[in-house]
Amino acid sequence: MQTNVDITLRVNGAAVSRRVEARMNLVDFLREELGLTGSHVGCEHGVCGACTVRVDGRIARGCLMVAAQADGAEVWTIEGLSDTGELRALKDAFVERNALQCGYCTPGMLLTAAELLERRPDAGRAEIRRFLSGNYCRCTGYEAIVDAVEMARGR
Amino acid sequence: MKPAPFAYVRAETLDDVFRVLDERGDGARVLAGGQSLVATLNMRLSAPEVLVDIGRVAGLAGIEDAGDTLRIGAMTRHVEVETSELAAAHTPLLASAMPHVAHPAIRNRGTFGGSIAFADPAAELPACAVALGARMTIAGRGGSRTVDADSFFRGLYETAVGPGEVLTAVEVPKIAAGWRSGFMELARRHGDYAIIGLAAHVQVDGGRFGGGRLVFFGAGDRPVSATRSAALLEGEAWSDALAARIADELKEELDPFEDLNADAAMRRHLAGVLVGRTLAPLAAG
Repeated sequence: MQTNVDITLRVNGAAVSRRVEARMNLVDFLREELGLTGSHVGCEHGVCGACTVRVDGRIARGCLMVAAQADGAEVWTIEGLSDTGELRALKDAFVERNALQCGYCTPGMLLTAAELLERRPDAGRAEIRRFLSGNYCRCTGYEAIVDAVEMARGR
Repeated sequence: MKPAPFAYVRAETLDDVFRVLDERGDGARVLAGGQSLVATLNMRLSAPEVLVDIGRVAGLAGIEDAGDTLRIGAMTRHVEVETSELAAAHTPLLASAMPHVAHPAIRNRGTFGGSIAFADPAAELPACAVALGARMTIAGRGGSRTVDADSFFRGLYETAVGPGEVLTAVEVPKIAAGWRSGFMELARRHGDYAIIGLAAHVQVDGGRFGGGRLVFFGAGDRPVSATRSAALLEGEAWSDALAARIADELKEELDPFEDLNADAAMRRHLAGVLVGRTLAPLAAG
């Protein structure tokens, strides 16, 4: 049996094929094989949300998937979603509200917030907090992040 | 890379799965959504020789109306149950539990069957399965068999799924007229594993309780159905005195573990708090 796996997927709209170790996490694949270091590696066991990426249209923990599971998938990271402009309103609101300090959690926060605004465009503050509960921020105390998501919602 | 090396097999059919499980025995682990398994791999709490990915096996995902039950395929993602109109209409307990199952990103990948088969004693869905009297379909080379939730959970992370077998579906009875469900848990952070939680499924008639189940999670090595405490409900209307009697009985009946979040006495106390918060609104209707 093979400890290496051939995978073909689309990352940020471009086709990618690689041979990877079966044990390689998706976020390590994105960072180390593809150089996409915008997805951050925090706790590496699914608690902090820093590695959040979008897989087949929905957010996922990049540390809780092995890259082999992403074969055939459509993966988007903070780099690609910044280029398309999809996150523009959220990013502007994060800057306006000072919703980041060190920035480590920000890519994961933005991807999570984008999914919330897509699925529940009328979300109030309590729902915003619940939806972001899987993403740790150690700088802001969250208040400014909730402000920013609320602000972006109206734009 | 954090996990120890392992081989990887992408199964296309259940026969592929059975073949690897037969060949590699305990060295093989089934990979469903991976939301618990990959975390344990990263921490090297488990180090299988081979992962069998069942993500592409046809026929394992989806929620079906099967008459008196909903048939939930093992590979159905949590988010599908969370947003299912069938689940909202017929299994309100599952619908109210779902937002507590980890976080959105994890619910997008994690599977209903994976959570049941992993059988974490602090997880929500095993307790819901016991409260509702769900039936698990387990497939092996010789065919399928069905196991009641009561005998499915055998101990800490132990289930009735035997060597060479895979959980393929869960049949969840639809709520019957006159029954009500309530769900509540206490966690440090919304979406984290509960310190303790309650899945309640009870009969209510004219403001009085009939039979029913109070199933706790985070209270033992598996879902704990507090039958003596639930029996105190029968024929009674909700009152503070009843709440106190049940809270006292729970202190006798439950034998919870202790960990960094709470000692056993605190869990016993919180069990009574949960009963009050969950059942009072059910009685009021």
